[in-house]
Amino acid sequence: MNKIVENKKLSENVVKMVFEAPVIAQKRKAGQFIVLKIDEKGERIPLTIVDSDAQKGTLTIIYQIVGKTTAKLSQMKAGDSLQDVQGPLGNPTEIENFGRVVCVGGGVGVGVVYPLIVALKKAGNEVISIIGSRTKDLLILEKEIGENSDRLIVTTDDGSYGVHGFVSAVLQEMIDKGEKIDHVFAIGPVPMMRVICDVTKPHGIKTVVSLNSIMVDATGMCGACRVSVGGKTKFTCVDGPEFDGHEVDFKLLSDRLKTYCESEREAYEKHRCGCDGN
Amino acid sequence: MKNIGVDVMETKETKEKKEKVPRQKMPEQDPKKRIQNFEEVPFGYTEETAIIEAKRCIQCKKPACIAGCPVDVKIPEFIKEIAEGNFIESAKVLKETNSLPAVCGRVCPQEDQCEKTCILGKKGEPVAIGRLERFAADYERKSGKVSVPAVAKSNGKKVAIAGAGPSGLTIAGDLAKLGYDVTIFEALHKSGGVLVYGIPEFRLPKAIVEAEVEGLRNLGVKIETNYVIGRTKTIDELFEEGFQAVFIGVGAGAPVFMNIPGENLIGIYSANEYLTRSNLMKAYRFPEYDTPIVRGKRVAVIGGGNVAMDSVRTALRLGAERAMIIYRRTEVEMPARKEEVHHAQEEGVEFLMLTAPVEYIGNKDGWVTGMKCLKMELGEPDASGRRSPKPIKGSEYVIDVDTVVVAVGTVANPIVPATTKGLEVNKWGYIVAKDESGLTSREGIYAGGDIVTGAATVILAMGAGRKAANAIHEYLSKK
Ligand SMILES: Cc1cc2nc3c(=O)[nH]c(=O)nc-3n(C[C@H](O)[C@H](O)[C@H](O)COP(=O)(O)OP(=O)(O)OC[C@H]3O[C@@H](n4cnc5c(N)ncnc54)[C@H](O)[C@@H]3O)c2cc1C
Ligand code: FES
Repeated sequence: MNKIVENKKLSENVVKMVFEAPVIAQKRKAGQFIVLKIDEKGERIPLTIVDSDAQKGTLTIIYQIVGKTTAKLSQMKAGDSLQDVQGPLGNPTEIENFGRVVCVGGGVGVGVVYPLIVALKKAGNEVISIIGSRTKDLLILEKEIGENSDRLIVTTDDGSYGVHGFVSAVLQEMIDKGEKIDHVFAIGPVPMMRVICDVTKPHGIKTVVSLNSIMVDATGMCGACRVSVGGKTKFTCVDGPEFDGHEVDFKLLSDRLKTYCESEREAYEKHRCGCDGN
Repeated sequence: MKNIGVDVMETKETKEKKEKVPRQKMPEQDPKKRIQNFEEVPFGYTEETAIIEAKRCIQCKKPACIAGCPVDVKIPEFIKEIAEGNFIESAKVLKETNSLPAVCGRVCPQEDQCEKTCILGKKGEPVAIGRLERFAADYERKSGKVSVPAVAKSNGKKVAIAGAGPSGLTIAGDLAKLGYDVTIFEALHKSGGVLVYGIPEFRLPKAIVEAEVEGLRNLGVKIETNYVIGRTKTIDELFEEGFQAVFIGVGAGAPVFMNIPGENLIGIYSANEYLTRSNLMKAYRFPEYDTPIVRGKRVAVIGGGNVAMDSVRTALRLGAERAMIIYRRTEVEMPARKEEVHHAQEEGVEFLMLTAPVEYIGNKDGWVTGMKCLKMELGEPDASGRRSPKPIKGSEYVIDVDTVVVAVGTVANPIVPATTKGLEVNKWGYIVAKDESGLTSREGIYAGGDIVTGAATVILAMGAGRKAANAIHEYLSKK
């Protein structure tokens, strides 16, 4: 059982949760994730660890309300408990002093890229962060990321805040201007990561992406999370979650992410109308 | 009829009398009905049939059956108790050597073990040892009079166990009884290993496994679930925390795919994923339970072992109209238990023998729609005597499918070896044990079950747990 300390909406559909998980809090490194299961009948879902406090023994996660499980999660209150939390899982990000690094985050991926920004900064990099959202109200962690970056550029798709347009356009412009970029991290929706990779590939700029495959056990036992990287099948949970973006088959990833779309809609509908009894 | 103490060498007369009693059948759910539910297929013996069956045992003085049992269950002794109506006593005898009799009575391949060597089997049918084992264990559990074994006084020595499968559960029980302070670290949120995530409810009700795990807790065993050794903590960190010995029983959990084109299309599962979704996560009760599963109409399961049978029978219960076993050899070579093959046939599973997939075909959304197969023929026996399948040229054809389950085996999961310095593994990644004790290349670290042998059986994993328990006891007694 893991007690929830805080469960706070950052925007209309993005929530930050802090809960107790002392052993994991001590151990986790940037880029790793947990699997959580709310209750007896719950499903196992992977979520990146955004932050941790070894002293208090807590972990922070940021999630978007997209289906039944995340909706249920968002209704929980401080003092409630999560039945199961497993981790830390996956390989930590390979953090070095690359030089000048651009970190791109989109949507809820901004939460995932945040710990990397912190770790990269600590390792001595010059960190330029580009974060984007559909509209101003959905933007998260602007302040925290600003504090940990040498430069921060914010974009919104509708132009309600910051630069009007996509994060990829900002990166493209930087490259076109001849700015030196040694390394890129891109985390967000699949289409965003794909476009960022398309932008950096012609220039040979190493681009690392973090994949959000469907998972079950998250220890390499089932293969639910398989992706194709450089033509080879890899398991995101144990071989990743980060991969060389230029090698990832994004079409396969986005197809496989749709496997349960219909079932999930059904479950979410039943949950919303209260027909499933929980 | 009294048959206690009668040896094999009996008079002709009594022998004939005995053979008149046939091996007792276990009533089962009707195949048409049972494919619509996940409840257990056989109902088990009644007290009357159990006694009749038990009395078929001729109580050999030198019982061949025991030699066939990997953990030396005192077979004639427990059967004698049933014959005399002492069901609780019988369970006690069983538990002296087998900590999970309700499980083994259901899933052991008795036809290759104790029942194979039963003297009665030479001329007629062997005693139904497995069914009797199951009966006695169930009787005890249902009676609520489960005996709690004697536990020695605590010796304060801490032993850690990685993995709560049959090997881990067995060693935990044995060491707890000897007075050790035992903690099991299990990666998943539930204990039982393959017993909870792999073997389906209709073959092994999960309540039975839960009762066994509860029994361990009553012995004082601590169980930490959601604890991945190698990730949450490494084995070396466990030693630093004061554990004096570690047993690794993490199973052979990594799925094997065939590396043929299209294998990552949607609707293609490893058996591990398919069964884990259905059993551990209870996807068959979606949306009451939150985990979904693809309910295919035309399901092909690749492979011929128990795992393939469990998968194909699960597919039927999830609503498949056509559930197929695709196997590259013939039925004779299929490694699955005869009983399971028989059950699958009764339920309407199609067996496509001498067939091997070579490619999957998908639609534009990435869903599998077809499976290109080759027909095979069996060649001359190779050095090992097995006739290996050879493709027939030009025999390609396509089978329409919307779900595929790949059940062609598992390999070792590398997490523990990769994070434990100096732990020797063989070329397939399985942990090397020096001898039967399970001792690895590192002092104080023992291993057993599928992670040493490769995918095997519940009873062999339990046997390995037991032997390692003795070895650890010896090792720590000297310390
Ligand atoms: C579908 C299926 C059907 C089968 N049917 C039969 C049958 O009818 N009869 C029979 O005798 N045998 C059967 N078997 C084989 C049998 O189940 C196995 O041989 C047996 O369970 C092996 O036991 P084990 O203790 O070695 O490992 P497992 O049962 O595999 O248990 C290992 C446990 O370790 C955990 N683990 C893994 N990695 C870690 C880690 N890093 N840290 C902590 N925990 C970890 C796993 O989650 C798991 O719970 C079947 C197997 C399958 C898959
Ligand atoms: S989630 Fe099961 S192998 Fe990755």
